[in-house]
Order: sequence, then structure tokens, then C-alpha cells
Amino acid sequence: MFQIFTEFATWLVYGVFGLEADSALGGAVHFFVEDVSKIFVLLVMMIYFIALLRASLDVERVRDYLASKNRSVGYLLGSTFGAITPFCSCSSIPVFLGFTSAGIPLGITMAFLITSPLINEVAVLLLMSLLGWKFTLLYVVVGMTVGIVSGLLLDAMKAERWLQSFAAEALVRGRQMALSNDAAIPGRVLSFSERHAFAKTEAIEIFSRVWKWVVIGVGLGAALHGFVPEGWVETHLGQGQWWSVPVAVLIGIPLYSNATGIIPVMESLLANGLPIGTTLAFCMSTVAASFPEFVLLKQVMQWRLLAVLLVVLLTAFTLVGWIFNFAAPYL
Amino acid sequence: MKKIKVLGSGCAKCSQTAEMIADISEEMGIDVIVKKDTDPQSLLKFHVMKTPAVIIDDELIHSGSVPTRDEVEGWLRD
Repeated sequence: MFQIFTEFATWLVYGVFGLEADSALGGAVHFFVEDVSKIFVLLVMMIYFIALLRASLDVERVRDYLASKNRSVGYLLGSTFGAITPFCSCSSIPVFLGFTSAGIPLGITMAFLITSPLINEVAVLLLMSLLGWKFTLLYVVVGMTVGIVSGLLLDAMKAERWLQSFAAEALVRGRQMALSNDAAIPGRVLSFSERHAFAKTEAIEIFSRVWKWVVIGVGLGAALHGFVPEGWVETHLGQGQWWSVPVAVLIGIPLYSNATGIIPVMESLLANGLPIGTTLAFCMSTVAASFPEFVLLKQVMQWRLLAVLLVVLLTAFTLVGWIFNFAAPYL
Repeated sequence: MKKIKVLGSGCAKCSQTAEMIADISEEMGIDVIVKKDTDPQSLLKFHVMKTPAVIIDDELIHSGSVPTRDEVEGWLRD
């Protein structure tokens, strides 16, 4: 099915541009054209169809649903909704406050917020088309586990002590309200034309937001593909040396990308022989731990909580890396 | 005179919304005060979970997207 994109790239790069098929530049440009054209076509189609399905899901309904659920399943649900709810990092603060003022425990809110950038339909789609369904499943399970475990840990530490005072007060008020009434907004049944209108807007909006990330990500992937000498990564990092994982996580923090941009880089790193655990650790750290996000969260959290959150995330990604490097031969 | 606040921080759409309301009110010759409000406590006060949100005279009338031109003209005329 994806053959057509390979042929298109061959025609354009070797035919029209006249580049040599076995040169580094030709290989890199071919890789770039093939991936970008494939991803663009798939993106628009998939965003549209997924948006049709989830037209009636929004953060307000997720909040009402989570607020009515028992804490024990709350972490799993928070993380699941984080994965499927459309969300951009500029809504972190309103969503955080909305959840908090509905009395939802901090850990469940954080399970939502941590999983959200890691897993979304665009990421899943890219993983499926570039790395196959097994890797995709693995990625989704790991991403959700990181969200759930981090949430549980934050609650175990009673991390809500370190919220900014107005947010902490909102949480207390929300808990009292949640006890006294549990009125939820009933869902409305949408007609097909309403769903179509929503899906069309979503497809345009998400595409116009992520296309440049695809170009940057694939461009980097292509550069790695064509210009990093074959075997270099394999020789130096291929054995999954233990220190390479925390180093990858640390390098990932100042780098900031969303999942869309990082996945083509993942493909290229894996193809160059970087072990799976190191790759996952690097990419998750790039996506989920970022300075812009932390600066935003400072509005509702004290430094102490931000520091705890950062340590929890970095530890989680390092463990993910080690576990997968260790388990890779048995997968 | 109407006091209009656009709630939301760190998003391009919020600035876009505020500019758009200011431009349209000027075109229509209606005097309004348009302010951007980035204080997270305002989000709590109006129960806003989707930004940008538009508050006119202390009442939430829109949230979650850049409003259309028609919507803005409608609010300004009321």
C-alpha cells in the first residue's frame, strides 16, 4: 500500500532531480520525499476519520466523567483520556485548573497531562506507518504506564502540598463540591453533518499545526540516514551501554519537539542501530519533559513540585530505557 | 462602554482573538476596552477550560476557539 510513495520519491528524486541513487545526498533526499509525502497523505485522512469518531468528546466531559469515578480506576482512565483527547500544550493550564477545581486528585490530572503529549492519534499513526504495529503497541503501553505510575507517585507523596495556594484552595473546594453534588453535563447526540464539520476543522487545524514538525523531523531523520556513517551508532552505542540511557534522557530535556516531529527521528535512530530502550528514552524525554511546558506549569505549581515532577519523569524514562534494552533480545 | 477581556496565556490564538475584537470594534466605531488577561485565577473564576475565552462585562460568552467575525459583530451590537 505504501509502495506508491516509494515510487513517487524514486521518480521525483532520481528521475526529475537527477540525483545519484547511491550517493549520500540522493539517499537522504529520497528518504525525505518518501516519508513526507506518505505522512502528509496519511495524516489528513486519519485526523479526519478519528475526529469524526471523537467529535462529542471534549475536556469538559472528560472532567465530569473523571470526577464521578473512583480513585482506583482514575489513574488508568486519566491516562487513557490523555491519550485520546485532542489537546495542545497551550491548554495545559486551563485543563489543569478545570480538573483541579472539580476535585480530581492531582495524580489523576497529571496522569492525563503526562500521557497527553506522548500519545495522540498523529503519533500512533506515524508509529504504525514507520515502525509497525508491534512497536506502536509497545509505545502506547509504555507511555500510558509512565503517566499512570507518575500520577500514583505524586499522590503517594501528597504532592498537592506544593501547588500554588490558589490552586490548592480550588482543589479543596472542588472536593467538597464533588461530595455534595454530582451533576454531569449530559452528552448530546451529534448529527453526521456536525461531525463532518468538526472533523474538517480538526483536520485543517491539526495539519496546519504539525506539518512543519513533520518536515523538521523527517529532515533530521533523513540527515541521520544519509550522513551518519553506517555502523557508527551501532559501534558506539549499539550494546545498550547502561550510561547511554540517562545521557539520552538528559539530552532530550532541552530539546523540545512534539511527538509528530520526533517519530521520524526515532525511525532513523533505530535504523542506524541505536537500541530500542535508548531510543524510547530519548524520544519520550524530548516530547514530555520540556522547558516551555514547565514554564507554563509554574503558574499553578511551586518550584518544589516542578522539581519533583521532573525527577519522576526522568527516572521513569531512564527505567523505560534500561528495561527495554535489557528485554530487547527476548522481544 | 463594554469591557472585554480575552482569557488565556501562551497561545497565539488568544492574541489573535484580542486583536480581532479590537479591529472590528474600531471598524464599527464602537468604543470598547479590550484587554488580554493571562492570570490563571481568572480561568478558575469563569470556569474556563478551553482558551481563548471571551468575557464581556464580567460574563463568559465564548470559549475554545477564535470567534468568527459574525459572532464578534453580534456581541458588539448587543
